[in-house]
Amino acid sequence: MSLKKYQDLALGGNIERGGTAVDFKTGDWRSLKPVYKPENCIHCLFCWAYCPDSAVHVADGKMAGFDLDHCKGCGICAHECPGKKGAKAIVMEPEVK
Amino acid sequence: MMAGITKIDLARTGNEAMAYAMKQVNPDVVAAYPITPATEIVQLFAQYVADGEVDTEYVPVESEHSAMSACIGSSAAGARTMTGTSSQGLALMYEMCYIAAGLRLPIVMADVNRALSAPINIHCDHSDTMGMRDAGWIHIFSENAQEAYDNMLQAVRIAEHESVRLPVLVTTDGFIISHGMERVATLPDDEVKKFIGPFKPGTMLLDVAKPITVGALNFTDFYFEHRRALVDAQAASVAVIKQVGREFGQKYGTAYDCIEPYQLADAEYAIVALGSTCGTAKVVIDQLRAGGVKAGMLKIRVFRPFPAAEIAAALAGKKSVAVLDRSDVLGGFGGPVFTEVRSALYQKPNAPLLADYIYGLGGREIDMEMIGSVFAQLQDGTAKPDSVQYLGVRD
Amino acid sequence: MATLKELAARGDKFTGGHRACAGCGATIAARQALLAAGKHKVVAGCATGCLEVVSTIFPYTAWNVPFIHSAFENAAATVSGVEAAYQSLKRQGRITENIKFIAFGGDGGTYDIGIQSLSGAMERGHDMLYICYNNQAYMNTGIQRSSATPRGCNTTTSPAGRKIPGKAQFRKDLTEIMAAHNIPYVAQCVIGNWSDFTRKVEKALDKGGAAFINILQPCRLGWGYKPELTAELGRLAVETCFWPLYEVEDGVYKLNATPKDKKPITDWLFQQERFRHLKQPANGAIVDEIQREVDQRWERLVRKCDG
Repeated sequence: MSLKKYQDLALGGNIERGGTAVDFKTGDWRSLKPVYKPENCIHCLFCWAYCPDSAVHVADGKMAGFDLDHCKGCGICAHECPGKKGAKAIVMEPEVK
Repeated sequence: MMAGITKIDLARTGNEAMAYAMKQVNPDVVAAYPITPATEIVQLFAQYVADGEVDTEYVPVESEHSAMSACIGSSAAGARTMTGTSSQGLALMYEMCYIAAGLRLPIVMADVNRALSAPINIHCDHSDTMGMRDAGWIHIFSENAQEAYDNMLQAVRIAEHESVRLPVLVTTDGFIISHGMERVATLPDDEVKKFIGPFKPGTMLLDVAKPITVGALNFTDFYFEHRRALVDAQAASVAVIKQVGREFGQKYGTAYDCIEPYQLADAEYAIVALGSTCGTAKVVIDQLRAGGVKAGMLKIRVFRPFPAAEIAAALAGKKSVAVLDRSDVLGGFGGPVFTEVRSALYQKPNAPLLADYIYGLGGREIDMEMIGSVFAQLQDGTAKPDSVQYLGVRD
Repeated sequence: MATLKELAARGDKFTGGHRACAGCGATIAARQALLAAGKHKVVAGCATGCLEVVSTIFPYTAWNVPFIHSAFENAAATVSGVEAAYQSLKRQGRITENIKFIAFGGDGGTYDIGIQSLSGAMERGHDMLYICYNNQAYMNTGIQRSSATPRGCNTTTSPAGRKIPGKAQFRKDLTEIMAAHNIPYVAQCVIGNWSDFTRKVEKALDKGGAAFINILQPCRLGWGYKPELTAELGRLAVETCFWPLYEVEDGVYKLNATPKDKKPITDWLFQQERFRHLKQPANGAIVDEIQREVDQRWERLVRKCDG
């Protein structure tokens, strides 16, 4: 990527759009990845609420998988997951590169 | 006086003149903290607010650091923003002043020049504002209360110009101007409003439909470019300062420029000075001229951006020139004005002999006799080239 | 208060792609705060520190609301200036939107270098919420002690050495200092109780006026624990009464959680590397001191809430 010349940058070093960080992928930081087991999911959304990387998708009020472009594999989602009858709906597995 | 525009002459101190200019500008936000000898500016303005004479939201902050921080927030929000301070207060602001310029925020600040501690002292010298010379602000000195008033109005136009968008510092000299009563010609309110026009912000956090980020972290890949852009903004401000100064003259009778030569064109001996000292020096020069001495002065009104080429051209061919510095660069070679003027003259044809006189620290009196002695030394050759002397100190 | 489904429907205003450590609690705080504020238009600001650094690396920003950072010690003053501009332009009819203002600062930028700016802004009564994401040390610069760092804690400037076993002083109680400002709303929260935190953010914004929330934020790097435990360690701080959840609304104290069985402080301390040296028998007296101090502060708070 060629970087802009100084004349072409916005006034005062402003970033002129919100949320541009989504263009930066942090998924490759992961050594563990979350694996979703929908059969154990009660859609409590704790995984979504505690994700530091906004990497849990929610659709129509239900857990809808992961944004693996940004998930860093911290495992908070799996830890917070109450699961169903003792079985977690999210488990962490080694990332296979 | 131009037709149709009535100027009102009022007896005002420099502080009153600056506060009155601020009232007429009617900024959206003023965040300020009191400090001698600029306190009156803040308290007069607070009274305007209390009396409902302005639309301003006045933020009575708990320190000068917070004053400039709040000004940064306000200006970035999209509001016309002003403040005032002096000395230690300005020094406490330094960190934020660099940031105001880096973020390209057109804040206008009145500063009453006062010495820096230690020892603590409340009187005039230029140490405080000279600490701002690398901060990225446009920096305008005033010779008297009239200029302070005129400069404050012009500063708003300069700061907010779309090719500039930089903060502007307008200074007076502590007590000499700030507390001296003068006749000041002021413009009618509606004329000021017309002259400055409405504020069109370049950055507007309050435009919530456009979620910008102000003050982002730069690594090695972008910091240099953003700082380089500041250089262009400073350079672009020269034409704007001149144009606004010309327009002010066309409309209201007194034109302004970056420098102001006084009896300089044919002068053999000249001084370079800033601020209130220029008024005293003009009287000395008139007397010398009456006695047949070709004396003159170059007054620097705009210290940032430094008008190097104009200064070099104005001083070319003089026999000898003395720079009067009302602050020192400890451990450096001469005062800040001297080092810059000397740089401006380096490798220029017909550069004059240049000597530095550091004077008036902490409000030490500078009188006609002392300025006369400088001219005498220029004439009799006791002013040595590249010398730095201290004028008026007991030694 | 909003359910998680309702919060999710509001949409994230703090995005992924920021550079915080995996399991960072500060970004959870920012995300949940903006979700809670999601029914309002919001302008946010942040002090220099972890949250600002990880979220605004040019040209990437995780903030999907207007955002300003200016320096370290002045998030409160900076955002108070934004709010003053809003009041002015609103009064003059130049903007019509209703906007809320939130400033974030770490404990370094809030308890220490920023306390003057914070105190000033709160005393002036700006319509703004200040959220201190309190991870109990200067994490951004490599875990140096702050006045929020607990007694006995190992940091790089209060190291547990052969003679001195970590930080000698107890932590400052900033929540009480803010309560003493007699502002409309002050609260303590924790990462690990999303409903308590989002409810308090909403309440603070709905009430209007100056508000302060101190959220204890476990930091996996500075505290030394496995990243999945961020929320868990927050809750444990509540269950040991080290960090009670309470609010002070118009001067009235209210406890928001009373543990059924108050756990010993060691349950919390010994899950963290920063207190590891306190496991040595020679340091038993310090652990006892810490427990006594937790008990005393808890009892004082309960009396205030009962009173």
